Amino acid sequence: MRPFDYARPATREQAVQLLAATPGRAAVLAGGSDLLALMKDGVVTPERLVSLQGLQGDHTLRFLRYTAAAGFRIGALTTLADLAASEVLRLEHPVVAETAGRLAGPQIRNVATVGGNLCQRPRCWYFRSGFGLLAAREGASLVVAGDNRHHAILGNDGPAYFVTPSTLAPVLIALDAEVVLLGPQGERTIPLEKLYRLPLAEGEREHDLGPGEILTELQLGPAAGRQVGTWEVRQRETLDWSLATAAVALEMEDGRVKRARVVLGQVAPLPWTSREAESFLTGKTIDEAAADEAAKLAVQGAKPLSKNRYKVQLARVAVRRALLAATGLDREL
Amino acid sequence: MTSRGDDPPRGLSRRAFLRGGAAAGVLSTGLLRGVPPVEAAPAAAPKSEAGVPILGPGPVAIKLRVNGQEVALRLEPRVTLLDALRTRLELTGAKKVCDRGTCGACTVLLDGKAVYACSVLALEAQGGDVRTVESLGSVERMHPLQAAFVDHDAQQCGFCTPGFVMAAKALLDRNPSPSLAEIHHGLAGNFCRCGTYAGIRRAVLQLAEAGAANPDYAPGLPGAPEPGEIENPRPRRQKNKKRKKPRGTGDG
Repeated sequence: MRPFDYARPATREQAVQLLAATPGRAAVLAGGSDLLALMKDGVVTPERLVSLQGLQGDHTLRFLRYTAAAGFRIGALTTLADLAASEVLRLEHPVVAETAGRLAGPQIRNVATVGGNLCQRPRCWYFRSGFGLLAAREGASLVVAGDNRHHAILGNDGPAYFVTPSTLAPVLIALDAEVVLLGPQGERTIPLEKLYRLPLAEGEREHDLGPGEILTELQLGPAAGRQVGTWEVRQRETLDWSLATAAVALEMEDGRVKRARVVLGQVAPLPWTSREAESFLTGKTIDEAAADEAAKLAVQGAKPLSKNRYKVQLARVAVRRALLAATGLDREL
Repeated sequence: MTSRGDDPPRGLSRRAFLRGGAAAGVLSTGLLRGVPPVEAAPAAAPKSEAGVPILGPGPVAIKLRVNGQEVALRLEPRVTLLDALRTRLELTGAKKVCDRGTCGACTVLLDGKAVYACSVLALEAQGGDVRTVESLGSVERMHPLQAAFVDHDAQQCGFCTPGFVMAAKALLDRNPSPSLAEIHHGLAGNFCRCGTYAGIRRAVLQLAEAGAANPDYAPGLPGAPEPGEIENPRPRRQKNKKRKKPRGTGDG
């Protein structure tokens, strides 16, 4: 790891000031499980770390508050273990708590934070080996020509071919979660979905975070009767990253879908909302045939690269099973 | 294990032997043994921005609480808790294997929770209670968990063992009688490349079945002895007597 200087502000405003004073050269330290690995490999080389672990009193970002009317306000420094252990979250959004409790392993969940999970960098091995987020040489993508078995099958018209790494993001987006960002210009609240964007040039980030801006809070409304399901495909049972995930949330009325959210993870450079599947499902009664058709539509536009055709099938199955899980049909089969 | 010609002299650990041979004349062993003294601190001009002190990139004074002892060190901010434990405090039980938070060999307890010491900056562990495998027991007086690992042959090369023991400790402290599925989930952050998982699960399950009923292992109960004060409940098997050091939990 290269040398850096370290600051531990007590207030959120100090944290933002410290980050904004050295734009592009400072990094936010939360749990550290992703950042320190990136720094050891020289993929990122910040000159300053601003730790958020010293925020005091009202400025702390480790909290989980719930009201029946507004739902959850979850501080960005709340750990994944906190989420998995929260009784109220388990009652209201069991799928979110289960997803958090299934990620990585216990040692990671004990330090990894909600904000860090949402802002972690892609696992793309070209990026992690120092070839840059877009991994291009002389205008051509190394990913397209090389080993792309873990890369994008959707949203991969270039120049980005990596996949979004967070397993929490798809289910939170399906539940219409929002995030609060604090920067030198003040606070803004945006849908979590809008936090992610396609970088178009090397040096651009895959998150909509301005200079000095930090993610402070996740807001998640009450379940409000929505039927929620996820499915995750991994190579190994534990301590592994997903190959494909799908999350669905269905608002039902008289046995029919009033509004559907279908979001896939690890298949595109951003959490991938399938408008095709969502509009197909609207007005339908969910049965196996409808789940099959929605799943087919979700991957209809997939453009697999040379070595990742298998992911089309994984993504299709993930959507189908997430739908069956959401509606309880998986238990009847 | 039979005696080999290249064994270090009797009564000397391999680590001490290697250090004595390689480092004599270069480093004073006094500096390396035990808790090092606080190094003389050149008074660096204190920097601050936005009213916040800026530390580093050079060495800064830090205080850690490790195995119940306060220690003062001077470290660069980039030093991980694992490197501080291993290279500055001579606590080499936690192992440095992947150094990327994916193998579990460096597992220690921070405020009672299992963490990867390689993925926590030493600076960030200040104010916390750090427990390493050295806090559990000694060769002569093993913690029941360590004894169970021996009984169930839960190690082969032994390099992952301290990490597994600490991960199991964290699990049992929170849940004294976990099911096999809970053991599987609780130890999911540790890898054993020799594949001794079955023995490890049996060892933890033995304690789990004893659960809170076992007076030797009832964390948090009034009157429960401190780890390390517990006599090994099982006498060591005869064949182990030949070993100079037990396999597994000692020096890697």
